[in-house]
Amino acid sequence: MRHILSILLENEAGALSRVVGLFSARGYNIDSLTVSTTEDPTLSRMTIVTSGSDDVIEQITKQLNKLIEVVKVIDLNESDHVERELMLIKVRATGKDREEMKRMADIFRGRILDVTEKTYTIELTGESSKLDAFIEAVDRTLILETVRTGASGIGRGERILKI
Amino acid sequence: MEISGAEIVTRCLQEEGVEFVFGYPGGAVLEIYDAIFKQDKFKHVLVRHEQGAVHAADGYSRSSQKVGVALVTSGPGATNAITGIATAYLDSIPMVVISGQVPTPAIGLDAFQEVDMVGITRPCVKHNILVKDVRDLAASMKKAFHIATTGRPGPVVIDIPKDVTIAKAEFHYPQSVSLRSYTPPSKGHPGQIKKAVNLLADAKRPLIYIGGGAVLSNASNQVTELVKMLGVPAVNTLMGLGAFSGSDPQNLGMLGMHGLYEANMAMQHADVVIAIGARFDDRVISSPSHFLSSPKKIVHIDIDPSSIAKRVKVDIPIVGNVRDVLDEMLGLLRQTGAKPAAEPLAAWWKQLQEWRSHDCLKFDLDSEIIKPQFVVQKLYEVTGGEAFITSDVGQHQMWAAQYYKFNKPRRWINSGGLGTMGFGLPSAMGVQLANPDATVACITGEASIQMNIQELSTCKQYHTPVKIINLNNRYLGMVRQWQEFFYGNRYSESYMDALPDFVKLAEAYGHVGMKIERPADVEPALREAMKLKERLVFMDFITDQKENVFPMVQNNRGLSQMDLPPHMRHLQTGTVAKERDYGNLS
Ligand SMILES: Cc1cc2nc3c(=O)[nH]c(=O)nc-3n(C[C@H](O)[C@H](O)[C@H](O)COP(=O)(O)OP(=O)(O)OC[C@H]3O[C@@H](n4cnc5c(N)ncnc54)[C@H](O)[C@@H]3O)c2cc1C
Ligand SMILES: Cc1ncc(C[n+]2csc(CCOP(=O)(O)OP(=O)(O)O)c2C)c(N)n1
Ligand SMILES: [Mg+2]
Repeated sequence: MRHILSILLENEAGALSRVVGLFSARGYNIDSLTVSTTEDPTLSRMTIVTSGSDDVIEQITKQLNKLIEVVKVIDLNESDHVERELMLIKVRATGKDREEMKRMADIFRGRILDVTEKTYTIELTGESSKLDAFIEAVDRTLILETVRTGASGIGRGERILKI
Repeated sequence: MEISGAEIVTRCLQEEGVEFVFGYPGGAVLEIYDAIFKQDKFKHVLVRHEQGAVHAADGYSRSSQKVGVALVTSGPGATNAITGIATAYLDSIPMVVISGQVPTPAIGLDAFQEVDMVGITRPCVKHNILVKDVRDLAASMKKAFHIATTGRPGPVVIDIPKDVTIAKAEFHYPQSVSLRSYTPPSKGHPGQIKKAVNLLADAKRPLIYIGGGAVLSNASNQVTELVKMLGVPAVNTLMGLGAFSGSDPQNLGMLGMHGLYEANMAMQHADVVIAIGARFDDRVISSPSHFLSSPKKIVHIDIDPSSIAKRVKVDIPIVGNVRDVLDEMLGLLRQTGAKPAAEPLAAWWKQLQEWRSHDCLKFDLDSEIIKPQFVVQKLYEVTGGEAFITSDVGQHQMWAAQYYKFNKPRRWINSGGLGTMGFGLPSAMGVQLANPDATVACITGEASIQMNIQELSTCKQYHTPVKIINLNNRYLGMVRQWQEFFYGNRYSESYMDALPDFVKLAEAYGHVGMKIERPADVEPALREAMKLKERLVFMDFITDQKENVFPMVQNNRGLSQMDLPPHMRHLQTGTVAKERDYGNLS
């Protein structure tokens, strides 16, 4: 099953590679990974989307906690959460496709960031599945380039991940 | 007053009360060596190969409870240390390895003798630190010692660029460290401990399963009290030997791939298993599904949550330090008087004694060739069971574990997790330095000993009178055994031709050499060697080439489906490993 792990870790050189190294060394999947510093510059927040049986997810969580620089780990799937991913997608937009692309962007609440005679660059945010749906919905041959950030997530309501 | 980074390193080591640093110099650490030259609080032991330094630090630590310290130069010095570091990591040994690094401005430029030590060691250390600023050095050293020795112990590498050893800073050694991201547990959850006690009281076929964590936690007294108070049987892993006396009648001995028949049968058939710092390793329980096919409840005490429910689901996990958890458990047992019911326990013991009565370790005592088991047995007798025994990896290691009864913890020093040939001699050096008056023997094979034979020279320089017990079968015996069992006797590259004359070799290094070829000479030779208290004696025992280690649990078989020694074949379940044909051996 797909899980979103949220990790608070020391913002130190090498901490990221420890996390990534752990996943490759133990054969865990990484579907996506995002990381950046938090409001407290000594801490980074990382979101990893992974998949595996409950036993595997339990081991991943334990192994992450074992890393000296990891402060906290939560599995966002354990309760309500919000998840967002950003995608920048460049599409061919000529002739009748131009109008159609604009319409699709509107339906998906995307924003057109950059326009040339032949292309649109569209910004889309949403759950990863929504971004997948957009890619499915447009004609594949018109997609020139996609860039996705991977999912970020946060608990709903009062639930927070802090030290 | 400001002092150099190199002096900070030596001052930190002094502050930590380090007695010995095992190391080897080179360009990147020359400043540190200069600082060592100018101090006399700790001794430096110059090994002959960096792997030897790390194993020596490891043996020092295992036999003394103190942290081992090694010092190596950048590049090849650092890479030579890797096997030693991984060995310590897999057996959870507290160790600090200081490696030199090229100067910070040169990092990343493929400088002379540059390797990314932090990158290379990441998967085989508990933690590692590259120190980029001399002002962080003392705090980083403190952190390294703190992390290495607390929680589940392990090796920590501290990589110090040469310019950092030259730069100057004020020296303040922090008295303590607190890391918000690292807070190892000690006490177990009281509710869980209570549940465990209740489970024990209801058990019909209880078993205490003792692992390396009991040794690491110095919980021998607690473990012994628990077993004695409850009157229940105990088994030990290879790493747990000695935590509970090997000659106690309640000890069924080692379990696992080469465990004793009674120990493996007990583990398979127990209804309540209390795992104490043991991690259900694949060489111990073999196939988890077969292991759980006889229903049982499991209590697992371990300081590392990731050891729990990794291979086997447990019913009552208790995260904590063995010693603290057992103290609490014992308190509760005393208070409540809870105990397994007498009648079923007596029936369980009856069954256990029946399994034990087959004497699975019986071997041919009338042999005209020296049986390796016989040598270990005699060594046990001659040393009164009091020696520190290090070992290498192979058949000899298993015979040492099976036939030397370890009655005290930290007397059995071997590489269980990584299975590192070449561990025995350098670790024995470390053991001897930690215990100068003790008898230290290294049980090895003619192949393993050659992997770090150069350390004979270090032993000469530092007067470590180790007794080397070379069980010389002219084979990579353990490999040969597998080839015999699983590869149709095709002994591919497992015979070693052109062995050195070990007696002359020992003499060349300035030691005493003995060659022993007849069973009748075994005991007198051992006695003679032990009399040479000040000398390293290399005892080359020419042993039976054909001997195999029994019992043996084949991969993916269940614990109770052992291949049994010839005198127990009538009890064999499942097909016997291919019957042997010694045609080609002579
Ligand atoms: C040729 C060969 C054959 C082998 N055959 C066998 C065999 O037949 N039988 C066998 O048993 N092994 C055998 N081994 C060894 C095997 O590979 C493992 O190394 C060993 O079984 C692991 O022992 P352990 O479970 O006690 O765990 P260890 O590796 O000793 O781990 C200790 C556990 O205790 C925990 N711990 C550490 N400190 C504490 C503390 N203070 N408090 C609480 N918990 C703590 C750790 O987190 C860890 O989970 C063999 C090895 C070789 C090389
Ligand atoms: C460094 C290393 N290389 C290879 C092995 C695989 N291996 C395990 S036991 C063994 C044979 C050991 O031979 P010897 O030291 O003579 O011991 P014996 O089994 O004959 O008692 C080998 C090659 C290992 N454990 N370690
Ligand atoms: Mg051999």
